[in-house]
Amino acid sequence: MKSIAELNQIKKDALARISGNNGFRVMVGMATCGIAAGAKPVFNTLAEEIKQRELSNVDLTITGCIGSCRLEPLVEVIDPLGRRVTYAKVDPQKAARIVAEHIVNGRICLDYTIGAALSAPN
Amino acid sequence: MNIYRAHILVCNGEKCNSQNAQAIYDEFKTQIKKNKLEEELTVVQTGCIDQCSQGPVVIIYPSGVIYTMVRIEDVTEIVTEHIIRGNVVNRLLGGENINLDSVIKSLDQVDFFKRQVRIALRNCGVINPESIEEYIAYDGYQALAKVLTGMTPEQVIEVVKESGLRGRGGAGFPTGVKWEFTARAKGDQKYVCCNADEGDPGAFMDRSILEGDPHSVIEAMTIAGFAVDSNQGYIYVRAEYPIAVKRLNIAIAQAKEHGLLGKDIFGTGFNFDLEIRLGAGAFVCGEETALMTSIEGKRGEPRPRPPFPAVKGLWQKPTLLNNVESYANIPAIILKGAQWFSSIGSEKSKGTKVFAVGGKIQNTGLVEIPIGTTLREVVYEIGGGIPNGKEFKAAQIGGPSGGCIPASHVDVAIDYNSLVQLGAMMGSGGLIIMDEDTCMVDLAKFFLEFTADESCGKCPPCRIGTKRMLEILQRITDGKGTAEDIDKLEILAKNIRVSALCGLGQSAPNPILSTLRYFRNEYMAHIQDKKCLAGVCKSLMQYVINAEACRSCGICSRVCPAGCIKGEKNVPYVIDQTKCIKCGACMEKCPFKAIYKNA
Repeated sequence: MKSIAELNQIKKDALARISGNNGFRVMVGMATCGIAAGAKPVFNTLAEEIKQRELSNVDLTITGCIGSCRLEPLVEVIDPLGRRVTYAKVDPQKAARIVAEHIVNGRICLDYTIGAALSAPN
Repeated sequence: MNIYRAHILVCNGEKCNSQNAQAIYDEFKTQIKKNKLEEELTVVQTGCIDQCSQGPVVIIYPSGVIYTMVRIEDVTEIVTEHIIRGNVVNRLLGGENINLDSVIKSLDQVDFFKRQVRIALRNCGVINPESIEEYIAYDGYQALAKVLTGMTPEQVIEVVKESGLRGRGGAGFPTGVKWEFTARAKGDQKYVCCNADEGDPGAFMDRSILEGDPHSVIEAMTIAGFAVDSNQGYIYVRAEYPIAVKRLNIAIAQAKEHGLLGKDIFGTGFNFDLEIRLGAGAFVCGEETALMTSIEGKRGEPRPRPPFPAVKGLWQKPTLLNNVESYANIPAIILKGAQWFSSIGSEKSKGTKVFAVGGKIQNTGLVEIPIGTTLREVVYEIGGGIPNGKEFKAAQIGGPSGGCIPASHVDVAIDYNSLVQLGAMMGSGGLIIMDEDTCMVDLAKFFLEFTADESCGKCPPCRIGTKRMLEILQRITDGKGTAEDIDKLEILAKNIRVSALCGLGQSAPNPILSTLRYFRNEYMAHIQDKKCLAGVCKSLMQYVINAEACRSCGICSRVCPAGCIKGEKNVPYVIDQTKCIKCGACMEKCPFKAIYKNA
């Protein structure tokens, strides 16, 4: 890195990729806590579903601790309009439905959202 | 394969079928045939789609419209209106199609999140921690660029001092002052170290930052290197944090590749390099002098201070040592300014603090709150209160070095000074919430077990003193304590506090002193009445079967691992107290709630 201009160019490119690809960004909380709660098979299922359905507009990525331990594994889906949905206590089955329902058909899986998880008894 | 214009999915689950779903399926088939749409449409029977209360359910793709409580008479309308004319039949849209805006869909709409202010955790859960580009996208390394290209080391230190940032590792020493001491110290070589040896039971703030945003620590350490004139840094991290170590390694490699670590950063001639040192998990290595001794490759034991690390630290050279969370604040402070940071928090303690909230609370997790937030807000608003309708009893703050805050002080504003007044301390950020079922003597014993176990053994007050205190606590919880034991505990605790070599020993008595301060009655109940009011200490309680409620089902006898519950049909069962190991399995399994704890 020799100049601030170089840094800003990387910033611009990365921002374009994250928020401007006209697609979905799917983040799986994969710090130690998320992985312990089962985030790895969830991530793998998401990757597999996205590949099988040949979805080219989905940016699937890991992220750090989202903070809400008791709701792990957490998956966040940000749609092309920037609307954010947080899914709680996701397992591979739920992950497959999230791809099919939310990403392919644009219908939020309301029964898996954080709101639904919080209103359910512990 | 035929490609259809639309798919009609009819639920074939048990519940829907019981409400005529099969006939609805047949009717769709008939209608489609009648309208000669077989080439364009297909009707499919699906497995249960989990909308049982709304059944029978029909879904039509590609639009994904869900029709609920469909009756056989509705089929014609769906086919003619929706399929042929393309109009959704609104009256059949069920609960799923109700106003979406009223439903909580994302984390930032939840109370747990709305009350937080995220500075140290700003990127955790937002970026991919294994991608330097994503860190850069969210203003990463901009602070370093600003510092290297437009500020002097003195200006950097001034900003950190003005921000009011205090060490987040526990003691709360002003960070900027520490930087100034190190910058002023004379030496041909200086070092910048990061304390990531997070050892408090129940604390995981540092791990989460390293796993979620490792570049922020790297950037901050490089800024610190510039400020104190150092070209070499070490991050001391526990080997028990393999994912944190992995992501740090990836981050360091990426930073080097991009020329953000190494020689001539931003073409300014400034050099800085970073290495990881793994700790083997000894609690004492979180103490600064022990940590540096361990980096040097020696047994991790503390040494007396002064000299302080700023004067003689790693390899006897001036060394700057900060905690992970302190560093994570630095880039934001540099970019947004000291005024911005000092506008957050309380009068004497600025900024935010991350807490790992655990124990008897609804929303366990990692929270970052402005300093000065009250404990009540943390417990009831962010934490969602105590589960199972129990009463909040106390919070242990600061782990084994900290103290407890009883329910009577739940309105305390959490900051460095107010906690010290209450006999607790900010500590590194462990916050364990306890309900009425917690025995405070047992709690003190738990933390003493930990510190006695983790004492490095170098100084006698800690090595021998913690052991003796633990023995006394064991005696009390066994019901064998005497009135003098409390006096002995207090004398020992106060002596250890002033005579131990390092922070581990000096703070080890804190859990005892603070529980004695607020819950002396519980100690007295254990000693005088031989009672554990919370029913935790096994020697002081019995499981008893209520003969009137017992139906002689025998379940308790079958689950008892000690085989000490006997009885027969129509005769109440009885627990043999001499053999009972007090595991509680019988009470948990009794269908008639006939077994209770006799404390």
